Amino acid sequence: MTAALSPIAENGLVHSEDVTEARRPAAVSARDAAVSLAGRTIWSDVTFDVQPGEFVAVLGPNGSGKSTLLKALLGLVGVSSGEVLVAGAVPRHGNADIGYLPQRHGFDSSARVRGIDVVRLGLDGDRWGIPLPAGVGRRSRLAAQRVAELIGLVEAAPYSHRPIGSLSGGEQQRVLIAQALARRPSLLLLDEPLDSLDVANQGAIAALLARISRSEGVTVMIVAHDVNPILRYLDRVIYLARGRAATGAPSDVITTETLSRLYGAPVEVLHTADGRPVVVGQGEATTYHPDLHAGHEPHLHG
Amino acid sequence: MSVIATGLTWNVSEDLRQLFEFHFMTNAFRAGTIVAVVAAVIGWFMVLRRQTFVGHTLSMVAFPGAAGAALIGVAAAWGYFGFCLAAAVVIAAIPRTRGHSFSEESAVVGTIQAFALACGFLFVTLYHGLLEGVNSLLFGSFLGITDSQVATLFWVGVGALGVLAVIGRPLLFASIDPDVAAARGVPVRFLSILFLVVLGLAVAEASQITGVLLVFAILVVPPAAAQAITVRPFLSLLLSVAVALLVTWLGLTLSYFYDQPVGFYITSLAFGAYLLAHAGRWVTQRVRNVRSATS
Repeated sequence: MTAALSPIAENGLVHSEDVTEARRPAAVSARDAAVSLAGRTIWSDVTFDVQPGEFVAVLGPNGSGKSTLLKALLGLVGVSSGEVLVAGAVPRHGNADIGYLPQRHGFDSSARVRGIDVVRLGLDGDRWGIPLPAGVGRRSRLAAQRVAELIGLVEAAPYSHRPIGSLSGGEQQRVLIAQALARRPSLLLLDEPLDSLDVANQGAIAALLARISRSEGVTVMIVAHDVNPILRYLDRVIYLARGRAATGAPSDVITTETLSRLYGAPVEVLHTADGRPVVVGQGEATTYHPDLHAGHEPHLHG
Repeated sequence: MSVIATGLTWNVSEDLRQLFEFHFMTNAFRAGTIVAVVAAVIGWFMVLRRQTFVGHTLSMVAFPGAAGAALIGVAAAWGYFGFCLAAAVVIAAIPRTRGHSFSEESAVVGTIQAFALACGFLFVTLYHGLLEGVNSLLFGSFLGITDSQVATLFWVGVGALGVLAVIGRPLLFASIDPDVAAARGVPVRFLSILFLVVLGLAVAEASQITGVLLVFAILVVPPAAAQAITVRPFLSLLLSVAVALLVTWLGLTLSYFYDQPVGFYITSLAFGAYLLAHAGRWVTQRVRNVRSATS
């Protein structure tokens, strides 16, 4: 795609409180964007704006193209029509302003590196040369300082010196979030960071991400399967299903009408005693798997 | 081997005088030192990357390399380095799915290994060489290492470590977390190919001292012991080198004063170091558990 920078759409400005803020381009925006992989359209007519500092979840059933959306923002997948912009610019591969956490299945239990080494690699792991031990030279001291700061930010200090393989899933995820934040990106993309965590940890990680997006001014977008544990922390949701998207504040999108229309199947949104919505579909909370038995979706996940 | 030595006298200066009385022994120590450092550093990355099976295969390939060199009458070093490098390139060319999975790699690698052994056997048979020669190919020997062999080992070692000094950090990143490294623009595939080539060089060097079957004694065991002792990367790299040097020097010394082959001593000492490292780790973990339980 060779589109020049487009002016910011009017409705992208509504969110911001003051005038100078309003001059900033949206952290992420999509205009009638479509992506095709191997001749098959994954999604189309996707339009949304994410403002700087928002905490956003990309939701939807398996195979709906959630990971593909992140890959489009990373410049790994091109849009076939419309446009996708990151901080007002066409996505490019290797953008240092984006911190990215791919979908993963944790470290091997015998991995013999410490949490702080993993975080340190996020800082300068792509630089040629050999890492010197902490404290040798000015740059190394600064790096060690930054690593300590990051460890503190994700509250991983008690176990940051233990081998990464011996940490629990939630602890590993915190270390990886610190790693992704190492170079102060303005956008953090996380692919299923809550996958394989128990509900309590899912909530804790979501709370951490929400806190970081506020305190560091980082825009956070996560791909998630199950909306319930994270719902209360979200500023915005992007819901993908059946090649279409619905986007907006959680209270606008997560309604019986919008989701049923999007899924093309009855989905019910209930409310808990304290007013939080709970999504129920197909007799099971949100995890609607249209393709689980009908065949495989080779390009979307993994 | 039955050289002049009469066994250790436990008089250190007298023992050292005897040890370095002959030039071949000085050369054996030079070669052993070079090989121990190179193998320990490169082996450290190999253990971290879980590519020990590839390392093993490269060492098997060194066997037909050396036997083939003898057959056509060129220096054994040509065979070691030539075959190991070629095998490294072939293994590097195996297409691989993303991520840490080396599983389908191992089937191809195993096939290469079997074929290499068969070729080595054929070359040895064609050569009608002495059984003695086969033994030292397989189990190592430190007799008759020339000055020029030492020089070759040195410069190849410097080259291999030089490459590693340049790619060390991104290689560490790509070894621990290939997906994230790739997303950060680290050329994961290129590094993996380059590392195999460097590994090929290290294996070719080590096989010339320990023999192809006992390469693991200085390529795998010291790094594995070091990584068991500490998770600090820099410290464990240094420890790995220290263990490799210690077992090589001690192995050469014992082999000089007593009759058993050098490969046996180096391997047994390395094995002992490995057991000690794991015993030490077990004990410290116990102590830590007890401490955290009481506090």
